[in-house]
Amino acid sequence: MSAIVNDMVIRFANVNGTGSASANSMFSKAIFRMGLPVSPKNIFPSNIQGLPTWYEVRINENGYLGRRAGIDVMVGINPQSFAKDMASVKPGGYFVYDSTKPLYEDMMREDIHFIGIPMMKISMDFFEVPRLQQLFKNIIYVGALAALLDIEMEVIKQIIEEQFEKKPKLVPPNFKALDAGYNYAKEHYDCPLNVRLERRDNVGDHILMEGNEATALGAIYGGATVAGWYPITPSTSVVKAFETHCKKLRIDPKTGKKNYAIVQAEDELAAMGMVIGATWNGARAFTSTSGPGVSLMSEFIGLAYFAEIPVVLVNVQRGGPSTGMPTRTQQPDILSSAYASHGDTKHILLFPSTPTECFEMMADCFDLADRFQTPVILMSDLDLGMNDHMTKPLKWDDNRTYDLGKVYDAEDLEKLEEYGRYLDIDNDGICYRTIPGTHPTKGSFFTRGTSRDEYARYSESGAVYVRVVNRILKKWETAKKYVPKPQMYQEEYKSKKGIIFFGTTTYAALEAMEMFEKEGIKLDAMRITAFPFNETVEDFIEQHEEIFVIEQNRDAQLRSLIINELDIIPAKLIKAVNYDGMPITAQTIMDLIMEKLSVAINN
Amino acid sequence: MTYIKPTFRHPALPKNKISFAKADYEGAISTLCAGCGHDSISGSIVQACYEMSIEPHKLAKISGIGCSSKTPTYFLSNSHGFNSVHGRMPSVTTGANMANRDLIYLGVSGDGDTASIGMGQFVHAIRRNLNMVYIVMNNGCYGLTKGQDSATADFGSVSKPGSVNQFQAIDLVGMALELNATFVARSFSGDKTQLIPLIKAAMSHPGFAFIDVISPCVTFNNNKGSTKSYDFVRDHIEATSVLDFVPQKDEITVSYEEGNSATVPLHDGSLIELRKLSPEWNPTDRYSAFVRLQKAKMKGEILTGLLYIDPESTELHDLMGTTDVPLNTLREAELCPGNATLESINQNFR
Ligand SMILES: Cc1ncc(C[n+]2csc(CCOP(=O)(O)OP(=O)(O)O)c2C)c(N)n1
Ligand code: SF4
Ligand SMILES: [Mg+2]
Repeated sequence: MSAIVNDMVIRFANVNGTGSASANSMFSKAIFRMGLPVSPKNIFPSNIQGLPTWYEVRINENGYLGRRAGIDVMVGINPQSFAKDMASVKPGGYFVYDSTKPLYEDMMREDIHFIGIPMMKISMDFFEVPRLQQLFKNIIYVGALAALLDIEMEVIKQIIEEQFEKKPKLVPPNFKALDAGYNYAKEHYDCPLNVRLERRDNVGDHILMEGNEATALGAIYGGATVAGWYPITPSTSVVKAFETHCKKLRIDPKTGKKNYAIVQAEDELAAMGMVIGATWNGARAFTSTSGPGVSLMSEFIGLAYFAEIPVVLVNVQRGGPSTGMPTRTQQPDILSSAYASHGDTKHILLFPSTPTECFEMMADCFDLADRFQTPVILMSDLDLGMNDHMTKPLKWDDNRTYDLGKVYDAEDLEKLEEYGRYLDIDNDGICYRTIPGTHPTKGSFFTRGTSRDEYARYSESGAVYVRVVNRILKKWETAKKYVPKPQMYQEEYKSKKGIIFFGTTTYAALEAMEMFEKEGIKLDAMRITAFPFNETVEDFIEQHEEIFVIEQNRDAQLRSLIINELDIIPAKLIKAVNYDGMPITAQTIMDLIMEKLSVAINN
Repeated sequence: MTYIKPTFRHPALPKNKISFAKADYEGAISTLCAGCGHDSISGSIVQACYEMSIEPHKLAKISGIGCSSKTPTYFLSNSHGFNSVHGRMPSVTTGANMANRDLIYLGVSGDGDTASIGMGQFVHAIRRNLNMVYIVMNNGCYGLTKGQDSATADFGSVSKPGSVNQFQAIDLVGMALELNATFVARSFSGDKTQLIPLIKAAMSHPGFAFIDVISPCVTFNNNKGSTKSYDFVRDHIEATSVLDFVPQKDEITVSYEEGNSATVPLHDGSLIELRKLSPEWNPTDRYSAFVRLQKAKMKGEILTGLLYIDPESTELHDLMGTTDVPLNTLREAELCPGNATLESINQNFR
């Protein structure tokens, strides 16, 4: 059998809270540094210690970054899940396990290879303290894998040296554990295995980063100074990363004081209230949460919409409804975010699909929120936020300035006869606001969630109300010109059939496109990057007869949103959905669409 | 409806130190019921700000929802105001304060707004020692939704339709003390001589300054048997002290007889001059405030006045180490680290 080079899925089955995460990410980073595209996924429990947790890495030299089903190599470290882990290996695949204790014979499969490494025994031979034995066991399996898969040891060693730059004493024991694992595998098995790795030059200048980290950097570069938040998986690391970077990048050089304020709120209602108070008062502010938090914030989001206050909200989506699958990925909050709050409301949404886009779009969110004086929601998800992704390096245009939108300063007010907060002077639906503290006698107004006239005076007149809400709708039309355009994947349309997707479905969708191409099936593709939908989106839908909308939720919520907003005949949009909480795969997309295509053909 | 008052001012009207007339601190004409306690509190706020010579644009007034929360429309029309959502004034004020530490934040709430739906936000604002004045216009009922009992209605208090309250009252003042609030006071809408200096002192206090003001609802809770009616309050009111607020650099004009007098210096150089009405109480001793409050409770008195002040109070920004200039004045130069920094960040992720 010829060797399978640079194309595999490897899964680590660990116990959470045992320090495996850092060994696993070291593994991915080493492969990335060998010039190979990697795509790691954490599949973790909602628990702190003792339960099964998995880390799955797809390695593919052609750069397919979506998840792929079928496990070539399973590193089974967790006896609790042995049976299940063993069963999930592809025929012909490998099960690498800790052979300190023998496996039960009756669990063994005939059609896969078993590679026993006495990890714990080796660790106990080298280290005395039980906690260290546990930690170094992880490094031992990384060493064994280096031999089995042909990972360059120098690369791993360099990563270890970098990791312990500030604690150099820890480098030698890590090397010792790494070498021990490596040597054991070399001595006892025919290395490398049939699935193996070889250095390539296929990652360019890309970086390997989590979406939440990139989002946090977007908030810093976008000028956010205030964050109010309440912890919730999978969004917590956004504010955590914001704080970590602020401590380095946002300290006043003269005084050592903070050019930012982060308040851990008592709940998500308060977190949103803080954002609203801060932006009303002229600072850039954001909060980050997940579905349950958005539900709690709804009343406030409606206030911001109606009183026209900028808000930036990051929704790192997870499996719903209710507490749902808190540690699994989905795109289940499209409708609840688009129309959050009672009454006629709709909100600008941006859909990043890579960490690079998390960074760029997060910074854009602040400009859009200030420009349109309305909530803007960054629609990330658990897969994007909490997993490392190979992504283009982050870039900032140093000539870029913040678009603070329409704000009168003291000079403007001085020249003004009479100020009306909600006067549509430029006929684009956007009015001029003033920031408290600007002028002693001019420009003050009363912000309220009740109906009011152009001068911010309370009003119960139906005519005034209709005028105001229609003017707010005019802003929506204006916004279509400002939000990012959808991405097209063809120069010109080549088919009457098309696919629409967004966010983290992108990797799998692009891979599926190549699969369709091989089957001779032509499909045009469009990636939605924002709501409101602009003319390009309308045109794509108009120019195609049958469109598959690929989503990671049960009810095809983006499809509903498109139908509702663009008055599309529902039959034209066919749903292709996956909602089991695992990132969607190209094969799933292929299967979903093929099934429907054949129905269409047979009919 | 909002009625706009004529803006013409007679040139001979008296002015304060920054040349503003009292009328410059007023707001739109109130649409509350005639005789509502809330209107008297608005009047005291106007008077306090006028006498303190506060620049109107250096104060932001923020409220929740209720008759009480409507009042910011009726005072300080030259200040920005924010009528937010029910029970959430504290979080909006927190955010506003984070954005600009240089303004005075005047939060107005009701007993429903604070002691029920907004209890969570109220206690957390106290915990953080947010620099604000927090006034509860406490009428023991939900005025705006037509008179239901609120959580501050006293056990045994009789409502207008005649039902007797079976539940224990939440005493906001006792709670604020328990939570280590750094400024705690209670007053009565009908007692301006007490309320005005309390508001002034609260505005000078760096940190969370809480004033629970009993403010009768003439329409729904001013009946016989109600413990929040004008008559009941007047009959049962007691005070910790008679106090006067002396702004910074002003001369002390009042003099209280020795032995019972106390002076509390505030951060900004102003002073609170007190004539104590009970010997065991001391304004900077939280324990003595507890004791005095319990005593009043047992005797069926409504204890008013300054209850406690921490002259060493450190407000939230100083606890967090925020920069001295308002965050909302920072721009690209201070906020955006630039592309070169980003390049080196990228390098850590390769
Ligand atoms: C979320 C929400 N629930 C209920 C209401 C209805 N509501 C308006 S005011 C109010 C009670 C106000 O009572 P209080 O705060 O004591 O103010 P008062 O009118 O007595 O001054 C209620 C329940 C609301 N506005 N919002
Ligand atoms: S209902 Fe009561 S609280 Fe409301 S305005 Fe009338 S008197 Fe005041
Ligand atoms: Mg009330």
